Amino acid sequence: MYNYIQNLADNTLVLGQRLSEWCGVGPFLEEDLALTNTALDIIGQSKMLLELAAEVKGSGETADELAFMRDQHDFKNIILVEQPNGDYSQTMLRQYFMDVYHCHLYQALSNSANQQLADIAAKSVKEVIYHLERSELWIKRMAHGTEESFNKIQASLDKLWHFHHEMFEESDELKVLVKNGIAADPNELKQKWSTDVNSLINSTSLIIPQKGWKATGGRIGHHSEYLGLMLCEMQFLQRAYPNCEW
Amino acid sequence: MKLYEVFIRAKSGLSHKHVGSVHASDEQMAMQNARDLYTRREEGEGIWIVDSRQIVSSNPDDKAAYFEPAEDKIYRHPSFYPFDKEVKNI
Repeated sequence: MYNYIQNLADNTLVLGQRLSEWCGVGPFLEEDLALTNTALDIIGQSKMLLELAAEVKGSGETADELAFMRDQHDFKNIILVEQPNGDYSQTMLRQYFMDVYHCHLYQALSNSANQQLADIAAKSVKEVIYHLERSELWIKRMAHGTEESFNKIQASLDKLWHFHHEMFEESDELKVLVKNGIAADPNELKQKWSTDVNSLINSTSLIIPQKGWKATGGRIGHHSEYLGLMLCEMQFLQRAYPNCEW
Repeated sequence: MKLYEVFIRAKSGLSHKHVGSVHASDEQMAMQNARDLYTRREEGEGIWIVDSRQIVSSNPDDKAAYFEPAEDKIYRHPSFYPFDKEVKNI
């Protein structure tokens, strides 16, 4: 149970941190504010999930300690979310992949046998439906835009496609949680996610890369080189000045 | 990037009020940007977006002819009439 919640929490924490890196340097003022709103929503979700993770873990650690005092090998997020922002097409495609995933995930989890998880999911689903509306439009806009915008979004698709498989990985632990009605079934999520993403991509001239590798390992703490660098920045203050408050 | 004017309806039954403007490349983006800029503190439950170029504005040079003649005609304000006790909120 802890690993499952920690994965959900870390996906949102790392994604929220990545998005907040755009704060103040967005492509234009309105979009800067809109994406920062999204970042705040997602960090809010991670706060609720980390509090639940802390409770389930039962080690006396707080949500803040889980966020700021764990090393990268203890992070359980999928490798997609820690990927650098790149250009705006890469940020938005990563966001679109995660928004579709979160929409179906939270919809399923709002019926979870774990009431706390169900409550968090029911609250979060309203936020991610809006996030999806935004990121989906950006993908369409870039795909139907200029030659330059098309090439950029295609390049991001070539780069990020290999990371999505990790969302739907199964494990023995997860199977038990699904059976007990606590977790969302990854096979169902995969089906729904693929239907949505394929239908969007098929409405454009974008091409899904057919060959290639599948990222794996994030759920057991094996990350890309990017997570450590991101955590250095995110955790700096609590590491340098433990328990500091402001 | 085009400019759009944003009107927010605070709650059902009230009229939409102009609150500002947003930049956007299309109507959907303008609607989303308006939502993100002007309604995140529960300011409203309805949004109108109007392409700023569609606004027909009075000319500031016309101020004297348009608005100043009303200055000395205070009798146009309905403050000289007694109201019925039943009538509220005027």
